[in-house]
Amino acid sequence: MSISRRDFLKIAGLSSLGIGFSATDLLWKDRAEAVEYMSSPKGLTAKRWAMIVDLKKFKTEEDYRRVIDACHRIHNVPDFGNPKDEVKWIWTDTFEHAFPFQKNEYLPEGIQEKKALLFCNHCDNPPCVRVCPTKATFKRKDGIVAQDYHRCIGCRFCMAACPFGSRSFNWRDPRPFIKEMNPEFPTRTKGVVEKCNFCVERLAKGLGPKCAEVSNGGLIFGDLADPDSEVRKILKTHYTIRRKAELGTRPSVFYIIGGDEDA
Amino acid sequence: MYDAGKILIGLIIFLAFATFPFYSNMGKAVAKPDPKIDTPVIQQLEVKKCVESKEFMRAEHMQLLNEWRDAALRRGERVYKGSDGRTFQISFQNQCLRCHSNKKKFCDECHSYAAVKPYCWDCHFAPKEAKR
Repeated sequence: MSISRRDFLKIAGLSSLGIGFSATDLLWKDRAEAVEYMSSPKGLTAKRWAMIVDLKKFKTEEDYRRVIDACHRIHNVPDFGNPKDEVKWIWTDTFEHAFPFQKNEYLPEGIQEKKALLFCNHCDNPPCVRVCPTKATFKRKDGIVAQDYHRCIGCRFCMAACPFGSRSFNWRDPRPFIKEMNPEFPTRTKGVVEKCNFCVERLAKGLGPKCAEVSNGGLIFGDLADPDSEVRKILKTHYTIRRKAELGTRPSVFYIIGGDEDA
Repeated sequence: MYDAGKILIGLIIFLAFATFPFYSNMGKAVAKPDPKIDTPVIQQLEVKKCVESKEFMRAEHMQLLNEWRDAALRRGERVYKGSDGRTFQISFQNQCLRCHSNKKKFCDECHSYAAVKPYCWDCHFAPKEAKR
């Protein structure tokens, strides 16, 4: 039996069509019909979450400590007890280090010596997101710069890119260094970077960030895109500064440094 | 063939090593995995049904877990409406493990049998640890 080139091509074409069609049902999974993902109805939503830090409200060491401990406790942030391995979501530093371009030696003494409360700025133009090779760090629709620890490969590009030092690397297994475990929140593992998440897990339940909750009014959280929100009202009536705004990352954390006591 | 004796002995030794896993396990029946779902929380349920059918969960739970992760973490969608219309809060640690609190008999039973080592527990608390 012989077959002409033309017939061979016809048969080959038809068979490949047949194979193609028979494969289409692989694309239709049995479940696909009714499944739906929704955001929680109780959750808080915004266009761009932001925080105002009113440093006047932080008077004693204990005011800072309370806020930092509350955050680190609920997020299972380890305490390695040595600055080289330190993992931190929220911390303090000197005015000079926090706002290097605002520093001058004639500032009022109260401001020179004031410690600033620092955490991730959840920038509108976040350099950490741009450099992440795996898209483990990303910006959510509500402006929060979040991180997917499943996908983090520990390359630490984001740490190099962040001008605020907001990110920490787990050089060691953090589990043994967590004093009290919060069983509702995961830990991280050796070899991933971590940082403040603006309490996304609490926002989904309709609660604000933990640090703001325990700050006695020193931290104000709200929607920067909503002109009627509390943060916008405060920004309208108070002079605020942001950390290293001249770098163009558009931070979402604002600082009230001095001014009236009753702000 | 030169050095036929040496080569044949070498071949026999090689075959002995290469086939070692087969004949050393010959005749030994490895116990089939037998995952259990008899946790206190599940026993109190009126309808003992997971978020999807048993068959689906058995075959596709890893894909579902990935979808849940991306929905909750990336899109902020923390409610799942299953194919039968019931809704669930999306959370591995606070939802899946609330019922399936028997990691040893539920997760490890099959994972050990299939020699897969999912890295869930590097970060998520295994149910027992959470209780202490």
